[in-house]
Amino acid sequence: MASLDNLSSFDPFAESGDSKTQIANQIHIRCQQRNGRKTITTVQGIPSEYDLKRILKTLKKEFGCNGHINKDEELGDVLQFQGDQRQKVLDFLTTALEIPKTDIKMHGF
Amino acid sequence: MSETLFDPTLKKKKKSTKSKPAFVTEDEPSSGAKSTPASEMDDLSLGDGNEFEFKKKKKKSKSAAASAVDDFEAALEQAGVPNSTAPTNVADDVETVKGLEIEIGYQAPEGAEEVSYDKMLDRFFQILRENNPEMASDRQGVKYKIPPPIVGREGNKKTLFSNIKTISNKMHRPTEHVIHYLFAELGTSGSVDGSQRLVIKGKFQQKAIEGVLRRYIMEYVTCKTCKSVNTRLLKENRLYFLECNSCGSRRSVQSIKAGYQAVTRDARKKAHTTT
Repeated sequence: MASLDNLSSFDPFAESGDSKTQIANQIHIRCQQRNGRKTITTVQGIPSEYDLKRILKTLKKEFGCNGHINKDEELGDVLQFQGDQRQKVLDFLTTALEIPKTDIKMHGF
Repeated sequence: MSETLFDPTLKKKKKSTKSKPAFVTEDEPSSGAKSTPASEMDDLSLGDGNEFEFKKKKKKSKSAAASAVDDFEAALEQAGVPNSTAPTNVADDVETVKGLEIEIGYQAPEGAEEVSYDKMLDRFFQILRENNPEMASDRQGVKYKIPPPIVGREGNKKTLFSNIKTISNKMHRPTEHVIHYLFAELGTSGSVDGSQRLVIKGKFQQKAIEGVLRRYIMEYVTCKTCKSVNTRLLKENRLYFLECNSCGSRRSVQSIKAGYQAVTRDARKKAHTTT
């Protein structure tokens, strides 16, 4: 929905709708190592029209893990889950929220 | 095991197999000469005549096909099978399709439904490749290969990535850039030690590093237009550009961004102790 603003002025010579070129509103899913084999999954850049709190609650229930919302000055609200939930988060975002897969980027190993 | 599997069926198998031509060619000169006579004699001591007749018949009907395959294999051997994967793959394709051609010619009178779309597609590509290879060059071209990352453990909490220098040289990228990307993706930090090895904090498997490297190559090495890896990374007023040496195309690439870092308990503890 956020990309509608960009589309209003159509430039035929602009780059074709390659989602890789529009980096601004991409969702990043990262995985970070904690001590031992434990990991933290962070989800950054979920569009603000979604209710983060509700997403968090459902995801926590679904994955059976804890998680919380971190407020970052630059990056906005970041969801954080315990454990490596990257694939599950990706599945959730693509199916339940119907975010195109090209807008989501998975990082980590 | 291989010796018992080897004997008379091999000729037949060679024709029908669509995999591992390398294995066959390897086997032929070494174990084949020694093992076949003995095992054949042992196996066929009773039904000797029958078996041989059978074999002969088969040979007669398929002599052309077999010779074609043999010719091809001889050529293969002549060319020598190098250790890189790409040529063998191509050889594999060639052999399968050769086999298919023969098969199709052979089975046509019995049932035409055997000619499936896949077979026809394979055949088409084979012919295309033979006649004008530049049109199907994307599959056939020399596959890009970098040495696998050598990853070891240093102590309990650190990972050693020893051949990062050679890998980055092979990709024609500054080592710092690769390191930067690795750290951003893995969400850790680390350092380069005296003998140009990278020490990464945290435990990482070789597989994981390999995946990250693969992504790096996709993003910062391959040309999106022509899929070539013969590219340069240029920096122009804070922006990185990827310029292809083979097709001249140019695109901007993202600068490496670490993104959000979750604050772990370790980090918190460290911050607490330092302040």
